[in-house]
Amino acid sequence: MASVGTSFRRKEGPEKLTGEARYIDDYPLEGALHGVTLRSKVARGILRKIRFDPAFDWSSVVVATAADIPGENAVLLIEKDQPLLASRELNHLEEPILILGHSNRAKAYEALEHIEVVCDEEEPVLTMEEALADGAVFKRFEIVKGDLDAGFCDADVIVEEEYRVPHQEQAYIETNGVAAWEEEDGTLVVTGSMQCPYYVHKAMLGLFPRAPEKIRVIQTTTGGGFGGKEEYPNLIAGHAAVLSLKAKRPVKIVYDRAEDMRATTKRHPARIRHRTGVKKDGTLVAQDIDVLMDGGAYVTLSPVVLSRGILHATGPYECPNVRVVGQVVKTNTPPNGAFRGFGAPQTLFAAEMHVEKIAARLGLDALAVRRKNLFREGSVTATGQVLNESVGAKEVLDRAVAVSRYLPRKKECERWNRRKSAPSWRGVGLAAVFHGAGFTGSGEVYLQSRATVSLLPNGDIEVEAASTEIGQGTTSILASIVADALEVPYDWIRVSTPDTARVPNSGPTVASRTCMIVGGLLKRSADELRRALEREGVDWPPKPSSLKRAARKLCANGRPFGFVQEYERPREIRWDDATYRGDAYGVYGYAAMVVELEIDKITYEVTVKDVVTAQDVGRAINPLLVEGQIVGGTAQGLGYALLENVIFDKGVMANANFTNYAIPTTLDTPPMRVEIVEIPYSLGPFGAKGVGELPMDVPAPAVAAAIHQATGLFLTELPLLPERISKALHDRAHRQS
Amino acid sequence: MIELTVNRKKRRYRGPSFKRLLDVLREDFELTGTKEGCGEGECGACTVLLDGEPVNSCLVPVAQAEGSRVETVESLGASSRLSPLQQSFLEEGAAQCGICTPGMLMTAWAYVRGGGPADPESVRTALAGNLCRCTGYQHIVAAVVETAKREKRKRARAR
Amino acid sequence: MRGDPGSMTLLRPRSVEEALGLYAANPGAVPLAGGTDFMVAWNAGEANGRTILDLSRLGAWKRIAVTATGVRVGSLVTHRELQRHPLVRRRLPLLAEACGTIGGHQIQARGTLGGNIANASPAGDTFPPLAVYEARVRLRSAGESRTLPFLEVFTGVKKTALADGELIDSIEIDFPRRPARESFRKVGTRAASAIAKTVAAGLLWLSSDGRIREVRYALGSMAPTVRRLHSVESLLAGKRPTSRLVEQAADLLENDVSPIDDLRSTRAYRLEVSRNLLRAFLRA
Repeated sequence: MASVGTSFRRKEGPEKLTGEARYIDDYPLEGALHGVTLRSKVARGILRKIRFDPAFDWSSVVVATAADIPGENAVLLIEKDQPLLASRELNHLEEPILILGHSNRAKAYEALEHIEVVCDEEEPVLTMEEALADGAVFKRFEIVKGDLDAGFCDADVIVEEEYRVPHQEQAYIETNGVAAWEEEDGTLVVTGSMQCPYYVHKAMLGLFPRAPEKIRVIQTTTGGGFGGKEEYPNLIAGHAAVLSLKAKRPVKIVYDRAEDMRATTKRHPARIRHRTGVKKDGTLVAQDIDVLMDGGAYVTLSPVVLSRGILHATGPYECPNVRVVGQVVKTNTPPNGAFRGFGAPQTLFAAEMHVEKIAARLGLDALAVRRKNLFREGSVTATGQVLNESVGAKEVLDRAVAVSRYLPRKKECERWNRRKSAPSWRGVGLAAVFHGAGFTGSGEVYLQSRATVSLLPNGDIEVEAASTEIGQGTTSILASIVADALEVPYDWIRVSTPDTARVPNSGPTVASRTCMIVGGLLKRSADELRRALEREGVDWPPKPSSLKRAARKLCANGRPFGFVQEYERPREIRWDDATYRGDAYGVYGYAAMVVELEIDKITYEVTVKDVVTAQDVGRAINPLLVEGQIVGGTAQGLGYALLENVIFDKGVMANANFTNYAIPTTLDTPPMRVEIVEIPYSLGPFGAKGVGELPMDVPAPAVAAAIHQATGLFLTELPLLPERISKALHDRAHRQS
Repeated sequence: MIELTVNRKKRRYRGPSFKRLLDVLREDFELTGTKEGCGEGECGACTVLLDGEPVNSCLVPVAQAEGSRVETVESLGASSRLSPLQQSFLEEGAAQCGICTPGMLMTAWAYVRGGGPADPESVRTALAGNLCRCTGYQHIVAAVVETAKREKRKRARAR
Repeated sequence: MRGDPGSMTLLRPRSVEEALGLYAANPGAVPLAGGTDFMVAWNAGEANGRTILDLSRLGAWKRIAVTATGVRVGSLVTHRELQRHPLVRRRLPLLAEACGTIGGHQIQARGTLGGNIANASPAGDTFPPLAVYEARVRLRSAGESRTLPFLEVFTGVKKTALADGELIDSIEIDFPRRPARESFRKVGTRAASAIAKTVAAGLLWLSSDGRIREVRYALGSMAPTVRRLHSVESLLAGKRPTSRLVEQAADLLENDVSPIDDLRSTRAYRLEVSRNLLRAFLRA
């Protein structure tokens, strides 16, 4: 009867398969206006005037500007630097200036064409390097361990390289969409596609001050997020709300694909420099790493992205002397934000490719260099954290290497490549990564997450948490954890819609924290509920009739009888924000991947033939869902590695459509062999850690390493396009002649 | 006025004849199962069967569907009674966020119904016009292969 | 979605004659076949208020007729229908193959050969095959009809030689003598549903003594319009395909095309890959 560890069915599966599940644009909304956004056409400037064409019929149009914001014109996240609507300064192309609404969507867009924005254009800062030179730094962090100079003195060889990674677009198939209206009792309701209802709630309080209970945020079925709906919904929700309050009618804003790609957040581009001292046998003795990220025009979540980035910058390796310096700078481009991995895919690409480079320099196999330095129980990280449990680094590496037959396959590829007449080059590449589960540092303490398990008046058991289902299986795994804690069938557990009027603030659905942190809270809540019910005379495991009886007694006035748990940092976890030392994360997940690919000698196109990956998730609450996360995350990682090229032109994405921004199709994604490894975490529910982001970190360096083996080309910039492979081959031939 | 058959029922549409088939289905016929993902004919989330063929309904003015047979995801089954293809999707974990699923199911259904070979490569080729960002396709392909196999056995028995 | 259906005027002729008459009377109307190109622009709000000449009821243009020398493909035949047609697959295999690479299945089911030609994208996948098969395009207007060699239809990026009131009636393709070698290859931005970075079609006939009797080779996405590589074809005619000749041909390729850097690829890559494709074709 136990569900944890089995592939129980997704709770909301049937509705998604029949078209019954409703996404925000599926709700008809009586009397609603369609809201559209007027956006800046300059990357930097001062707004002077907004002119409405007098020849246009404005009678059916409602317009909201910054002047209509009753509270503070700021989208609250970490800082308050981002206005909801620009009123004077324009800091990036696509920056929102006003919202207008019409009952007909096409007419709303037409109205936009009849507004002229007069501004004084200024010279924008469009590159990271320029911003850095100007000192436009949002945040700087430094991690120091040991004595870097001494480490370099001790080194036999010093290896240096610079790596670059571009923007990446989340490309959820459902674009951003939100609706807002005010109820008769003055409650502002916001509903839509989102990952974090309480982020939206907090932002709305700042914009539209009122009692907290007078703002209600409800998540609708969400068609993918990947971080792209973590903080961005604060902005679109504010837009829908400000127009709705002005018009005194409901407002729905749904972006079309081009607008979503141009205007919303993307993965931070980064430049990562490594200078590494090693012994001849591959032992790391000094790591000097410089990370520079482009935050775009406003702070949003950049400091946290940078933080996670630098905390993963060393790779899963122990080194006695480390310095990581990270900076995120301001450019006049649309603000960048959360995307699965959140800084780690960027720095881990560099870290893992650097291991390839070191190995090549030393004449060693990259696998051997990894084994020499890989984290194990007792290892000390760059922040001084002792990894004292659940360290599956060696297990995943060994498993991936064994299942893929990495070493023999490598030799076979070498033999193939020696044949001049072969139509392709073949290569096998390996990468190993780690990914901290939960919020960085003191983040989880700051969040003070809460979650509840309740007995409802009708005898049902309900999970109440703000964690959102966005495809990853939240609803189902939280239900499973509670079901097994209570020793009742999985089907008995209901999960409330994430509605701020009904669920406590469990923190955002991000950072691979939902299963481990929120699941952990719910397990404890379930334990408390069980104890209380047993005290009331309910025999355990209970029958539905006994729960109904207990509910009749305990749910006085028709209110649920529930237990809420609040996050408490385990005593074992210690972190110092000031010195950036200590336990950066409660625990880490580990993954290794072997990619085998083929490069066509005529077109230089890369075809990934085989992927084998082993990932340590602590405990797979649902193996099918875990496998789904791993395969899906790997596909996105392969896109990042090979296909997804965000082209920026004068400060905005130029290829903002699916025609020209290529995400993987069925034919770009190989079959994958997934090995789930379970090294349980004592503080995770049933031993579980996290899995949402881990798969995103490992494909790109594995692919680049395979291309290296196939061609001898050491490529340091993503994506690894055929154009770049062709050019690198050409340049090499030129150098050699 | 434009007459067309939707999910085996004769329907009448009275409105601008250039309205997209996708919007007529979602708004006028209240069949919101079919989704819009891109408006470019790239993602396939809007896929319906038009006279048996998968097409992107975001690119079809309803006038061009006059007199045609349209099938949407709502014709496959209800959550209380899933079709074998939908059941297979459920068991294989082929739907995660679900937004691509209706379009994916329609393309898959046309393939299975048309007797498509039950091997992963052929299935992948058939589904190449349906983008999914969540699953990496593996579980979707498994579900369609499984259903195609079952369909073949059914046909073999029927002979 | 920014299209406004209420703003559109839709003309729906039931016969070719009616269509041509309406088009003559409404020269600003947009002829609409399968809609796979036009509707993308319409969804983006770029065509509100236009008059549309809907050709979808013209059954006469939906047939593939077998002629004495080949086929006549009605302009509204879809890429899917062409790809499945047994005679097209057997005698015009490069065209059948190209039809299977356009977009995904959903696009192939709706996009028409005539619509694709009239849209005149530099990257049309079927254009190199049609160029080497030396198709002829029959045009009709209310008063007249004329036939143009395929290459003469295109005058620039998304520009054709169609006069006011002219629509594409059909595309005539003669079956070629069985070639010694034939090849179609499209290089896109990914494995499926991709726009071509370069797209090549080639036919080659050998004499009994092993010399090249004739070669026809065309490239798409390498210039504002599809191009036959006339310099290369002239160089190769009557000669033995030695390594040296193949290299000369590859060098000469650049004379006949003018690729650019754009959102999908670079000039350098396009040239490099096109040369590789030509070499592979000649060495096969």
